[in-house]
Amino acid sequence: MNNKVIIVEKLTKIFNGFTAVDGISFEVEKGEIFGFLGANGAGKTTAMKMLCGLSMPTSGKAIIAGFDVYRENESIKKNIGYMSQKFSLYEDLTIKENIRFYAGIYGIEPKVIKTKTALLIEQLSLEKEANMLVKQLPLGWKQKLAFSVAIFHDPQIVFLDEPTGGVDPITRRDFWNMIYEAAAKGITVFVTTHYMDEAEYCDRVSIMVDGQIDAMDTPGNLKRLFQAESMDHVFLQIARKAKRAE
Amino acid sequence: MEKFVSEQFPIIVSSVSKSYTTGKTVVKALDNISFEVEKGSLFGLIGPDGAGKTTLFRILTSLLLFDTGRAWVDGFDVITGYKEIRKRIGYMPGRFSLYTDLTVQENLNFFASIFETTIEENYDLIKGIYAQIEPFKNRRAGKLSGGMKQKLALSCALIHRPSVLFLDEPTTGVDAVSRKEFWDMLQALKNEGITILVSTPYMDEANLCDKVALIQAGRILGINTPQHITQSFAKTIYRVKNGNMHALLQEARHWDFTEQVYPFGEYHHVVIRQGSPEPQFPAGIDAGKIHPGIEDVFIDLMRNNEQ
Repeated sequence: MNNKVIIVEKLTKIFNGFTAVDGISFEVEKGEIFGFLGANGAGKTTAMKMLCGLSMPTSGKAIIAGFDVYRENESIKKNIGYMSQKFSLYEDLTIKENIRFYAGIYGIEPKVIKTKTALLIEQLSLEKEANMLVKQLPLGWKQKLAFSVAIFHDPQIVFLDEPTGGVDPITRRDFWNMIYEAAAKGITVFVTTHYMDEAEYCDRVSIMVDGQIDAMDTPGNLKRLFQAESMDHVFLQIARKAKRAE
Repeated sequence: MEKFVSEQFPIIVSSVSKSYTTGKTVVKALDNISFEVEKGSLFGLIGPDGAGKTTLFRILTSLLLFDTGRAWVDGFDVITGYKEIRKRIGYMPGRFSLYTDLTVQENLNFFASIFETTIEENYDLIKGIYAQIEPFKNRRAGKLSGGMKQKLALSCALIHRPSVLFLDEPTTGVDAVSRKEFWDMLQALKNEGITILVSTPYMDEANLCDKVALIQAGRILGINTPQHITQSFAKTIYRVKNGNMHALLQEARHWDFTEQVYPFGEYHHVVIRQGSPEPQFPAGIDAGKIHPGIEDVFIDLMRNNEQ
């Protein structure tokens, strides 16, 4: 039971009579890479906001990193990392300054920040660029750096919202390599993507349709169940059932 | 000569370069780009963010000056003929640029009146797209979902019946189902005789274009029909898988015949070193030779371009 870092039961969010998230239930284990898929408007963003402690559910239960979303949302924020395609780093700060800023927000000791920053910059081979402004980095590097910053405080879970949108095919693969390494260290990865080949890299995926989780399993089992040769075909079969006019 | 050429090629780009200067650094956004687009065809610019796609769109829609080279759209030089060009093209920028405080119908009316036409006059052209959002015609554009915004933006770009349509990353951030629907709409527009230049970071969409240019860091890596690009790829690729894909990736890097190996959905793709004998894979590995896709070619071109 302790290995379950995300426990969600019948989680629901209703806005002005519109049920955006309709009683979803699932559990995610420590170190798992969990793909959270769905068409635009299926309710993914709303669900993610609730899991991150940013939006209060209408009903249902969610325990994230051991904390209750209703009562302990501040503790949730300290124990998770978050990164999206849009929310990146501060363009007018250097790489080092960005790391110091985010690490400081999470309350990491300045001494620890210093040692960990040196290590991180070495791992990313960014020694030469460490004092460069982030806006001078190519997009692929920004995304890799943003991911490293998102897990700098060793969160239990990292939420990635379309982290590889628009990234070149080589960097996209480097990025997934970083995801694997984080998962191997025990960080649980909760990721959304529109690239169906990336769905194959997840341990398990769920597919949301009209606010509900319509399918959830390993990519291999889903392909067998839907007699599909790729996750793309699985997704198309499921998402076409949507009745909601977005 | 230009007029003559334009009838066959509504878009001609000849040795166009453009640099941006930020502080001390000079970034070459476009480095000697040349291509032409045949009338009534669907031409794709395939490449990641930062490749220079948007810069190229802004140049061709007469919104940005460039350093060297020349470009023509529908027979007019993009610099001297910008007024003519603006009447004849439709442009859907990557960022949603309609008036969020106007309703769906008000936005469409606004664009129609700017081009001195009416919705009724060209309704047949946009019907297939606009009919899907017409039930929400009194909703403010800012309150629409992503998919509906995209359909409205396309309707607005088409309302004056342009001869050339520029679509900058219309499917970015759009789910797989809506992407498929969008490409079906583009096929229908192509059949109306409209020439379309579309950009996308999704490699799999290349196959839906008549011709594509693979673009990276301001340079065109390859240009041809998608079929020709993949068929003329000289290297052999095998796909491999077993029960532990992560370990297999590490292992495959050390095989004698491996030039490159990278994850590709359910499988890893192994590019075979040229001149290697038929590869013998270790036991327990499901391996098979495959036809390369656009993404395989792009990865290879990118690596060779870096070296």
